[in-house]
Amino acid sequence: MAATAPCGSGAEETGSEAAAGKPGGTSFQRKGPRAGGLDRGGSRLVSIAGTRPSVRNGQLLVSTGLPALDQLLGGGLAVGTVLLIEEDKYDIYSPLLFKYFLAEGIISGHTLLVASAKEDPADILQELPAPLLDNHCKKEFDEDSCNDKTPESNIEMKIAWRYQLLPKMQAGPVSSSRFGHYYDVSKRIPQELIEASKWYGFFLPEKLSSSLPAEPCYLTHGYLKLLQFIQSIIYEDGFDGTNPQKKQKNILRIGIQNLGSPLWGDDICCTENCDNNHNLTKFLYVLRGLLRNSLSACIITVPSHLIQNKAVIARVANLSDTVVGLESFMGSEKETNPLYKDYHGLIHIRKIPRLNNLTGDISDVKDLAFKLKRKLFTIELELKKERKDFIMPSVTPSE
Amino acid sequence: MFPELNDLLNTTPDKVEQGKLTLLCDAQTDGSFLLHHFLSFYLRANCKVCFVALTQSFSHYSIVAQKLGVSLTTARERGQLVVLEGLKSSVDVFFRAQEEPHPLQFLRKASAGDLQPLYEFVQEALKPVDGEEAAWRCPVLLMDDLSVLLSLGVGAVAVLDLVHYCRATVCCKLKGNLVALVHDSGGAEDEESNTLLNGLSHQSHLILRVEGLATGFCRDVHGQLTILRRTLSQPTVQGERRLTYQYKIQDKNVSFFARGMSPAVL
Repeated sequence: MAATAPCGSGAEETGSEAAAGKPGGTSFQRKGPRAGGLDRGGSRLVSIAGTRPSVRNGQLLVSTGLPALDQLLGGGLAVGTVLLIEEDKYDIYSPLLFKYFLAEGIISGHTLLVASAKEDPADILQELPAPLLDNHCKKEFDEDSCNDKTPESNIEMKIAWRYQLLPKMQAGPVSSSRFGHYYDVSKRIPQELIEASKWYGFFLPEKLSSSLPAEPCYLTHGYLKLLQFIQSIIYEDGFDGTNPQKKQKNILRIGIQNLGSPLWGDDICCTENCDNNHNLTKFLYVLRGLLRNSLSACIITVPSHLIQNKAVIARVANLSDTVVGLESFMGSEKETNPLYKDYHGLIHIRKIPRLNNLTGDISDVKDLAFKLKRKLFTIELELKKERKDFIMPSVTPSE
Repeated sequence: MFPELNDLLNTTPDKVEQGKLTLLCDAQTDGSFLLHHFLSFYLRANCKVCFVALTQSFSHYSIVAQKLGVSLTTARERGQLVVLEGLKSSVDVFFRAQEEPHPLQFLRKASAGDLQPLYEFVQEALKPVDGEEAAWRCPVLLMDDLSVLLSLGVGAVAVLDLVHYCRATVCCKLKGNLVALVHDSGGAEDEESNTLLNGLSHQSHLILRVEGLATGFCRDVHGQLTILRRTLSQPTVQGERRLTYQYKIQDKNVSFFARGMSPAVL
């Protein structure tokens, strides 16, 4: 239940309750001592690994896996919200952002829920990037640096020899107290980390094979099954606070890939005026309802360039909290534009949520480009060189 | 509520006009700050408010209202405020079939939905209770927002019918007010949205239209507000009045100024 300090006139109680107490509330929390001096559930909630409260309004944030993107989104992704990624044309870079998000979840010890109609979630998890550990992340940024091994100390331990028998590799979260880690996309995540983490997979062909729908339903079957699956996980694992006996609160990270594509059974990408082009929007609405009442954050990638009906794209964006669009230069005329030669594409922050506030965290920087280096995905301010023939991309007035 | 907006609209919580339909419309930007204004304004004016909150959770509105000096939870406990939380109820309706009709029952229908249960909910919430006739001033219905209904599969005509029924009950019969927020998609692409917007603009007494600046993003001026007031009762020469201001949203207030007169520029 979100609670704020009373501003003098309100007579609300001041303690910050954990989501278990109040059924109608969300999990937005404000950190810090209250005016009334009570801090019953707040400190416990803030101490979930891999989260931190926002400096602006005390909401709980999780990292998207890319510290640069976290900064552009105002510190991170708020718990209980949806991050929508509009895929680039050939779906090369959006899976990267998807994997960063999931990898961050594994490192922070969060529970994962991976849903896809194209790939088996187990395969997706195998391809996650490896984390760069603390003493290496500074060195790894240099492309020319050539070290990539932990200096194995084979020196025998003389005094604490019993500890030598313990396994050297940590099986648990590597550095769970940090917010935001760096990853090396050229390497795979160690198998031990995947095995140590808790994850649920939803692979559409498996889930649909059992029952073949005969009658038309109020929502596409794929979406309906996915919503039921998400709801059951949230309920059983206690992310919505219905089970206060759960010892340690945790975040559920949900990742849904290629939502809206024909593989999910939705035909908004195939025809312009299909009869029920509100399946995706209905799904998003109910999903957001589920998220608002639980400790979870969701990333969804949507092939919006395939959606024929432009009205649906606008509605989908309106129903999501944060919208980021990727535009890759591959195959477009921008590839040969000398202005863009250093970059692989543009990244557009289309929407930032206003949560518990009149304004949102809008960054001043609007022209952002991304580049996939050998090991790292970077987002940079697009340098404006002299632009004689350069046509400014249309900037939508933001809120 | 924002004192500057009250001045611009020439209202105060003490003298509240009755029987009016106010349309809040935003294009390419977020006009929800207007809704927060009207919510706190009518609660301060001691009106009975029915709030159909379809876009955000109750705690979001509650926290913002507290910044504006009004406590939604207290109002709810006193009976002054009735809230339909769209996000929370949609989950209930969607996963469990309800026995009695639920306002959001249309979520379970495959074809175009029926908004009658929603209308009955509003009617039930705002009908005058015998014991407390003199307690509240006039009933007010706030809807945030109607474009969500379009996204959920309801047709534009059904939404217009709902507004018509609500207007007949709230504005004409109960002499109250209706405030609705609609998104303008800003193009010819979304026909349903255009139908809804045109239909509502035609019947509204007051239209507050919010749009981003044509020149792009600016840190000091967040957008432009156009106030269109229609005086339907007295057909004078000056049938319509349109005023345009620019605004900047701050943490607890929104400041309005004439176009080009932003304090940052002067």
